[in-house]
Amino acid sequence: MRAPLIDRTTGIQAGDVHAWFDKLHALRGITMTIPERKVTAIIGPSGCGKSTFLRCLNRMHELVPGARVGGRVLLGEENIYSDGSDPVLIRRRVGMVFQKANPFPTMSIYDNVGAGLTLAGERSRRRVEQVVEQSLRAAALWDEVKDRLHKPGTSLSGGQQQRLCIARALAVSPEVLLMDEPASALDPASTLRIEELARDLAQEITIVIVTHNMQQAARVSDLTGFFLDGELIEFGATNDLFTRPTDRRTEDYITGRFG
Amino acid sequence: MTREAYERELQRLRDDVVRMGERAGEAIHRSVEALRERDVTAAERVIAEDDAIDAQHMDLEQRCMRLLATQQPMARDLRAIAAVFAITIDLERMADHAEGISRAVKRLGSEPPVMALEDIPRMDAQLQEMMRDTLDAFHAQDPVLARRAAAKDDAVDELRNRVLHDLLDLMISDPQTVPRALELLIVARHLERAADHLTNVCERIVYMVTGELRELNV
Repeated sequence: MRAPLIDRTTGIQAGDVHAWFDKLHALRGITMTIPERKVTAIIGPSGCGKSTFLRCLNRMHELVPGARVGGRVLLGEENIYSDGSDPVLIRRRVGMVFQKANPFPTMSIYDNVGAGLTLAGERSRRRVEQVVEQSLRAAALWDEVKDRLHKPGTSLSGGQQQRLCIARALAVSPEVLLMDEPASALDPASTLRIEELARDLAQEITIVIVTHNMQQAARVSDLTGFFLDGELIEFGATNDLFTRPTDRRTEDYITGRFG
Repeated sequence: MTREAYERELQRLRDDVVRMGERAGEAIHRSVEALRERDVTAAERVIAEDDAIDAQHMDLEQRCMRLLATQQPMARDLRAIAAVFAITIDLERMADHAEGISRAVKRLGSEPPVMALEDIPRMDAQLQEMMRDTLDAFHAQDPVLARRAAAKDDAVDELRNRVLHDLLDLMISDPQTVPRALELLIVARHLERAADHLTNVCERIVYMVTGELRELNV
């Protein structure tokens, strides 16, 4: 019997998270609980810190020279910033998909998806084959690529490439999937596929999505957080936030009166 | 549509709802006046003018749809458009009740009244007051005033019950009056329903401002 692709997921608790780029204080004490098996959207104007926050959730922020993080991020029970916590392992447990699809350019579709697993030391070809298929199926791409698995990943359309990147992220069985503007470069049909995919995946895995597109946040997420100037202004059920936000600043932003 | 044009269109929607409300209220008042004066011509005018209110309803609905489709409104804008959508339906139905009253006036023609008309004009007066408060509440985005306006529905219901009892007594004591009394019952029923529609409008105003959708006068 095949092992399930995603065998466990977890919520995330951010406690008083601060982030800096040198002297720029980009996040100012974010505390929020991201529940498991839900889609949580982060919205806010450019420069509000939403992508920075996302990158703090899998220790990618610190990859930027001069960048620092304060506070704690609990992945399940574990503070990912505690001493001895391995950032590489954390990034495996918390996968990420970026705004621009970035398949490995010299690799086939198959190798793109299998790469993470091979790098992690998986030797069994059969196991890699299984996981590649499972991941491509989970990313709703299998039927479109099953007959050309050995063609380059870059031969796919933009929307397919983004789903390929999602498949690649899923292949290492992450517990959380972070999506940073995953559909902003895609046409409406491909955007809807990514959104549907996020909804489907949320049955198995915790998803956090950063988006500029408020309709997308409204369509895809269970919870939405509104960031402004490095602070979390409002966080709650998506339905409530988009129909009756409690904070005037949220109201002004989502009705297009600033930002 | 630019942001400025969007803001202007939202404001224009709100202004047009007030105008439509005034028109529907006026149609009710004129139909009751026609009853009092037994003026069939005035009643016919109310009937003829109902088409214009129907057209206004369609126009508002289409404009709401256009804003929904092109502007993806959120939060208070979304609530305002959703409220306007619902409110225009209620106002259009109110105008239909004015038409219904006018048709009763036509059927009664110049037949002698079965009783002195007191409570029916009172119902109209109460309804007009309710309409003024409702439109003021809509204009000022005032949920407290909207709730107060909705509470006036009880007085309309009370008057309607009184009309019903009086007419029942009359019909029992003098069966000759039944056809004419029934017309008055129909009129009272129209007025009572019109007040119910205004209550719905008040509910939408509360929703528009607070985001709470709750029945008033339960």
